[in-house]
Amino acid sequence: MDIYLVEAIVNGLLLGGVLALLALGLNLIFGVIDVVWIAYADIVMCGMYILYWLYAGLGWPLPLACAVAIVGLAAFGVLVHLLIIEPILHSAPINQLLATGGLLFFLQSFATLLFGTDFRNIGVRLPIIELGGIYISYARLLAFAMALIGAVVLYFFLKRTFIGTAIRAIAQDRDIIGLMGVDQRRIYLLTSAIGGGLAGLAACLLALQHDVHPFIGNTFGPLIFMICVLGGLGDMIGGFIAAFIISQIISIGGYYSNTELSYVLAFTFFIVLMFVRPRGILAR
Amino acid sequence: MNARHATLAGGFGILVLLPFVSSPYVMHLLIQILLWGFIYTAWSMMGRFGFVSLGHGAFMGIGAYVPALLWNYYGLMPWIGIPLGVALSVLLGLVIGYPCFRLKVIGHYFALVTLALSQVVLLSIVAARDITGGSLGLTPKAAGDSWYALQFSDKRYFYVISLLLWLGGLAVWRSIDRGIGRQVLDAISEDEEAAASIGIDVMREKLRVTMISAALTALGGAIYGQYLMYLNPETVSGIAVSLQIVFAAIVGGMYAMLGPTVGALLTISLNEGLRVAFATNFIGAANTIYGVLLILCIIFMPRGIVGLLERMGVRRARSNAVAAE
Repeated sequence: MDIYLVEAIVNGLLLGGVLALLALGLNLIFGVIDVVWIAYADIVMCGMYILYWLYAGLGWPLPLACAVAIVGLAAFGVLVHLLIIEPILHSAPINQLLATGGLLFFLQSFATLLFGTDFRNIGVRLPIIELGGIYISYARLLAFAMALIGAVVLYFFLKRTFIGTAIRAIAQDRDIIGLMGVDQRRIYLLTSAIGGGLAGLAACLLALQHDVHPFIGNTFGPLIFMICVLGGLGDMIGGFIAAFIISQIISIGGYYSNTELSYVLAFTFFIVLMFVRPRGILAR
Repeated sequence: MNARHATLAGGFGILVLLPFVSSPYVMHLLIQILLWGFIYTAWSMMGRFGFVSLGHGAFMGIGAYVPALLWNYYGLMPWIGIPLGVALSVLLGLVIGYPCFRLKVIGHYFALVTLALSQVVLLSIVAARDITGGSLGLTPKAAGDSWYALQFSDKRYFYVISLLLWLGGLAVWRSIDRGIGRQVLDAISEDEEAAASIGIDVMREKLRVTMISAALTALGGAIYGQYLMYLNPETVSGIAVSLQIVFAAIVGGMYAMLGPTVGALLTISLNEGLRVAFATNFIGAANTIYGVLLILCIIFMPRGIVGLLERMGVRRARSNAVAAE
């Protein structure tokens, strides 16, 4: 087999890790609150700017800057829920999608106001590993590992803890859960905070391998919505698998043709699969 | 002839006379407002019945690129190229609409599928960069002032064309409103099963309105391309344009005939006003305000500005009636 094809597949696998991590938080919010935060990728963009500003701008140590980015975005997630989602929680779901669309415009242009449209790099150079003639980016490997850990931790949190059980219950039936003595509002706020925190984690890992600019959300946003829907709402395992399918299409497609066409292929695959398996790839 | 007709006639008179008194800059803004107003109106024809499409960038992109490419490579005049682009858009609308409606892909799923569609068209244009010029954009070959090539250096021609187009869009809106289609579509958006149970061909009605909306959006894109004489995938297709269309229509009010036009008027004047006020120091300023406005609009007045005005009008009429008693 062609060594470059193997490299494309390995890199696709690692890209899948990044996408899976990005989709993790969105999937949680999508599944539990039944809201599409269409600005999710732009919230990740904010995290990247926080990291850039603290680490490259003010010279904070990297772990501290990462921690601030994660906590900051968790708080931001709570704010998004309180200010934007809660007032229209009971109107049609499409309104919530559109309201966060306003947030998308706001964040992109606010970032442009503050930082301009330049591409900025936080300036951390991680080594590239060579393995039998295949070059693997360490940053991607790290993101892949973190995505795996994040997914496993989230899985056990949802399955094994009381709050996790409440979160899963609320995703199944919104109305009855109040009768069981669960404070719905608290669960929603907690979910938003976890979703925001995961966006922060994704931002830290993404900043290691991508320049940050105000419109980076447009690159990843559509991909991660596709992954969530393909995987099935709130289905963490399905989302994980979907991330790797999409990333392989992009990576192998990019190997045989060019990048844009491979994205076209991925989006077309998504549209077709929506018609074939509307409830997600793992749905029975 | 009552007051309403007088207002209409007066408004139309002003619109016709405007090109003789305004500067080229004002003309440029007016043309943009009319063309975007037309496109937003086309989107709202679907949007107001609950089919919120984030894929209209796809229709607009096809409508703009097909005639320009045919003109540049085969010398085919836009009078044939534009209908072909429109036809292709309608076809795409059917290909995506039919399975969506059949499988009941609605709400935010419909939004996400159409979002993917607009990305497919955007990225296809970029990928075919040998033909389309990719991200660098495409300039239709100049042919001087000619009706044959539909190119004019004098903005007044395009003003009249856009005005006619816009009026045509309003006429289509009205005919949907007047005809049986309106009640049928309202019934469908209220409760599909109930609508089907009284003998409404749900699928046909949905596809009809989708085709109209796609066709008009493509037509708007085509004329926009002819006017600007420059096409860029980012400005005529893709997620950014799709969202721009949706939001302007919502801010203006997608349930009223003039709502989308008000949306175009507001967003374009806001953009220009801020651009003039802040020059280029604040590139993001317009969209920052726009974003906040949008969030507030969806939370506090989901029927948009025109919807709000209508409600105020109704209230005033009611209080007047009470006073008269």
